[in-house]
Amino acid sequence: MTNPPLRTPLYDWHASHNGRLVDFAGWSMPVQYRSIIQEHTATRTGVGLFDISHMGRLRFNGSGASALLDRLVTRRVARLKPGGIRYGLVTSDQGGILDDVLVYHLAQPDGLSRWMMVVNAGNREKIVRWIGQHISESEDVSLEDRTLETAMIAVQGPAAVGLASTALGIELAGMKYYTGTITLIDDHELIVSRTGYTGEDGCELIVEAAFATELWQRILDGGASVGAMPVGLGARDTLRLEAAMPLYGHELTESIHPFQAGLAFAVQLDQHDFIGRDALAAIKASGSWPRRVGLTLSGRRAAREHYKVLAASRAIGEVTSGSFSPTLNQSIARAYVEPA
Amino acid sequence: MKPEDLLFAETHEWVHVVDQDGSKIATVGISAFAIEQLTDLVYMELPAVGTILATGQELGEVESVKAVSPLYSPVGGEVIDVNTALPDHLETLGESPYEAGWIAKIRITDESGLSKLMDYAAYQQQCAAES
Repeated sequence: MTNPPLRTPLYDWHASHNGRLVDFAGWSMPVQYRSIIQEHTATRTGVGLFDISHMGRLRFNGSGASALLDRLVTRRVARLKPGGIRYGLVTSDQGGILDDVLVYHLAQPDGLSRWMMVVNAGNREKIVRWIGQHISESEDVSLEDRTLETAMIAVQGPAAVGLASTALGIELAGMKYYTGTITLIDDHELIVSRTGYTGEDGCELIVEAAFATELWQRILDGGASVGAMPVGLGARDTLRLEAAMPLYGHELTESIHPFQAGLAFAVQLDQHDFIGRDALAAIKASGSWPRRVGLTLSGRRAAREHYKVLAASRAIGEVTSGSFSPTLNQSIARAYVEPA
Repeated sequence: MKPEDLLFAETHEWVHVVDQDGSKIATVGISAFAIEQLTDLVYMELPAVGTILATGQELGEVESVKAVSPLYSPVGGEVIDVNTALPDHLETLGESPYEAGWIAKIRITDESGLSKLMDYAAYQQQCAAES
């Protein structure tokens, strides 16, 4: 724990543009530049740019990549066509959530395809170890952690696709949600995906570290007329909370299973074998678990993490995330409560 | 009031003391630096008039999007007035932190805390170290 926090390739940019840097999941990240509410609103009405280079980017090389990923993730991904991206969970033998991830199957310019997984910053080392434990000698597959060699930038908001298309010289409007492609920008490889964590339309970009600041600045400059602004982790959290997206460490932990988290859609028990499947099948059959719910509060005060949820003075659950919602102008929260 | 005329607590409250009818009355607020650091204030809680506070006791709370921050009373005494316009106009705290943004007036019964406060120059040094 005494290691100094890692710096993303955009660290110097943040430091010189009023970014308030905090330690988050082992990284020095901007929590905000000016105001969380302003950054939140810019993303809902125009464009927000997010440095998400702290997210782990894992590449799987070899012919055994798809079979390995299919075994690691609750979603069936082996038949994913090149260009496809799936949200899934990595679960333990007991069915607990080790991480929530995106699996990418990308077509390469050379005609081959590439498998990748994007994992949460705070879980990267754990997942790398977990994967290492589950690759057998006989398999033709190796894991390459590309996190430190690359940067990841999210461009999110109603004007994001137009802005990114112009700035990158690629037509993104024709790309479907949850698809991705590999392209070139100024001779640098660029992975573009129609994904995000804000509830807005947009894209996420993966680019080599040395080109990150130039790309970031180019998009920001190109978006001046639509109010594009850099957005820190503070607004990233309020945006995802409004969009009801779970966050690992809050709604998702190793002691929470996917059904409890409301993520049954990401668990394909019958279509493939994966680590945790038997345990999850038994849990599903039992049918009884706390429910993840959304709450609105009567005032502007937030119900913070670990606050108790009371019904007639009896504790029936606990808040996992809560904040003032800039869009609704009132406070909202997520909680787990006992089943009715 | 100019910040140069005020005393500041390590916890970012400011105090201005006047003599009035034989009592010492402290006006308390939050510094411009603290307001800027908090940003995005969404709620504040004032003490009730008549509340008796010990030095260092919680006087109220401000809540931003990210967190709740308690306000501590730099002196001991009785709350004799509060700025009831503030909770519905939190922007006042940023626009006029040392005038319209005052929070409470306290009739001092224990002024021992005053000697622990900083003048503006010393407070600015603390802020520079924190930012």
